[in-house]
Amino acid sequence: MPEQLVFAMEVFLNGLMAGVLYALVALGFVLIYKASGIFNFAQGVMALFAAMTLVGIQKGQVPFAHLINAMLGTHIHHFGWHIHSFIAILLTVGVMILLAWAVQKVVFKHLVGQEPIILFMATIGLAYFLEGFADLMWNSEIKKLDVCMTANACLPQGINIPIDEFTYGIFGYGFFIDNLDITATIVAIILVAALVIFSQYTKQGRAMRAVADDHQAALSVGISLNFIWVLVWSVAGFVALVAGIMWGAKSGVQFSLSLIALKALPVLMLGGFTSIPGAIVGGLIIGVGEKLFEFAIGPMVGGATENWFAYVLALIFLVFRPQGLFGEKIIERV
Amino acid sequence: MFYREAGDFKTSYASDNQTFPIRFDRLGYFTAMVVAFLVVPFLINDYWANAILLPFLIYAIAAIGLNILVGYCGQVSLGTGGFMAVGAYACYKLMTAMPEVNIFFHVLISGGITAFVCVLFGLPSLRIKGFYLAVATLAAQFFLVWLFNRVPWFYNYSASGQINAPERTLFGIEVTGPNTQAWATYLFCLVFLVGSAWIARNLTRGMTGRKWMAIRDMDIAAEIIGVNPLKAKISAFAVSGFFVGISGALFFSVYLGAVEVGEAFGINKSFLVLFMVIIGGLGSMFGSFAGAAFLVLLPVVLKVVGVDWLGMPTDLVAHLQLVIVGGLIVVFLILEPHGLAQLWRVAKEKLRLWPFPH
Repeated sequence: MPEQLVFAMEVFLNGLMAGVLYALVALGFVLIYKASGIFNFAQGVMALFAAMTLVGIQKGQVPFAHLINAMLGTHIHHFGWHIHSFIAILLTVGVMILLAWAVQKVVFKHLVGQEPIILFMATIGLAYFLEGFADLMWNSEIKKLDVCMTANACLPQGINIPIDEFTYGIFGYGFFIDNLDITATIVAIILVAALVIFSQYTKQGRAMRAVADDHQAALSVGISLNFIWVLVWSVAGFVALVAGIMWGAKSGVQFSLSLIALKALPVLMLGGFTSIPGAIVGGLIIGVGEKLFEFAIGPMVGGATENWFAYVLALIFLVFRPQGLFGEKIIERV
Repeated sequence: MFYREAGDFKTSYASDNQTFPIRFDRLGYFTAMVVAFLVVPFLINDYWANAILLPFLIYAIAAIGLNILVGYCGQVSLGTGGFMAVGAYACYKLMTAMPEVNIFFHVLISGGITAFVCVLFGLPSLRIKGFYLAVATLAAQFFLVWLFNRVPWFYNYSASGQINAPERTLFGIEVTGPNTQAWATYLFCLVFLVGSAWIARNLTRGMTGRKWMAIRDMDIAAEIIGVNPLKAKISAFAVSGFFVGISGALFFSVYLGAVEVGEAFGINKSFLVLFMVIIGGLGSMFGSFAGAAFLVLLPVVLKVVGVDWLGMPTDLVAHLQLVIVGGLIVVFLILEPHGLAQLWRVAKEKLRLWPFPH
């Protein structure tokens, strides 16, 4: 088998894995957009905030230590304890639910019925706010994220040896596939399955779908919109936490984590804003597409094409299918 | 007392059609012009020019451009940073390739080039609408920044990848380069701002502007009553691109002097200008000015209060600034979704009746 083709296959597999991570972020967008028509630009920052909170709780950092020190002249940094990852994750979920409640209570309750662009701007404002708030609370240095259930059962990282050996046996060239990416794929599959079960078989999940379908009709059969919106933001917060853990474990918890939102946008365009399968398929297409493009064309044009390829791909695609791959057909009436 | 139409008789069509039909408004407008052109240049110093006035003038041009696209024509664009970069790099290439031509024309031509690029990226708007379009314009943002970063021809193969503005003069007075005087750069930008605002104001209250607004309010209905959506949208993208390009060219050549594209024209710039338009007021010329002034002044004020008065560490103030800017945007949208321009309108209505409200 020619060498280039083998390399391309490795790139393809890595693209699939990257695509899963994009899809994870895109999922959070779709959930909120479907239920409330809000295009939540803050999803990426929510992932950052969740990851920072998780690290902060794990390491026993004092929230707002920097601010308190500056105001009162004290020197506090840590509580001095270390919290087990599982409990820390539970606590972080609690924080995300609190955040969802606050966002709904303080911001979007007052913006019901506004134009979509205004809601969109509000989420950009929220993104700025959360970013500054997270930095204030847990300070902005780059943090390492380790999620460990026991002392030696952490999130796996590094090259996956079996795949390496297996492919070496077939092609004479070992593929480099990160263990973390494989874990992320499995987690993403579980997450999507859980979401499907939640939205199909539970009362709240059904109410959520009803709201997504038609606000007025849902109201008229006695579903509390306020509750559903808090619920949806909480679920999106949970998805953000999962995405934050995966991306944070990959590249450290730092500001650039919030930029994954920008990676998820073309995925949404491609898959359609309202479709969960669309987010997943779109994520895979974008992940594979940009990696293969960078592999094949990148060296010819100076590299770093990953920044824009996804957008241009989505743009060209949209010209032919304006509602995305799985989006609802846009019907316009006067 | 203020804002009375009473006694202001219109005796010709020209006076009936004027931009500021109320005498008080006209007086205010002329006073502002006199102050801006004849008073400020004598008072200005380097700090005021560089920290407040130049950014305000340049961002106001960009905000006018974006307001035409978003506020008047309803096409949300997140590519402003990329289009400003087009203006800046076009200006740089023109300045270095044709040094004998006056800088004034370079800036204008850069606006034209940006208009062309903007139209190219605006073409999909005929098919794509709403948020899909907003995200699609991000393609322009990322692609253009990447292009200027990676293709050496654009930065004349300089080793650092930066572009530097050479010294250029207007009427023998330097307006770009390291040895400029505050009043010269200020007046240079002011002329462009006044020109842009004048053109934009008259376009938006004429037939072109009404077509844009018809498209904004409902494009299908507009098409049915005979507005050509292709022409209306493309012209909005072109005009918007022209102004944004001018502001990008000025931002690079007059204000910064040296630019690294990812830093100066990144996605944050797109959001900043969009914030200006939204906080100022969509579909309002006054709003473009007010929004630009507000968002240029806010960080300066916060820095003065936080660092100089309260003595907090700079990184803490930077974080607080994010919190405050984000919070203010949200509060603003909740209290007054139509922006500062709406506050101004309400104030004017109040002033009309003051001091006898009944």
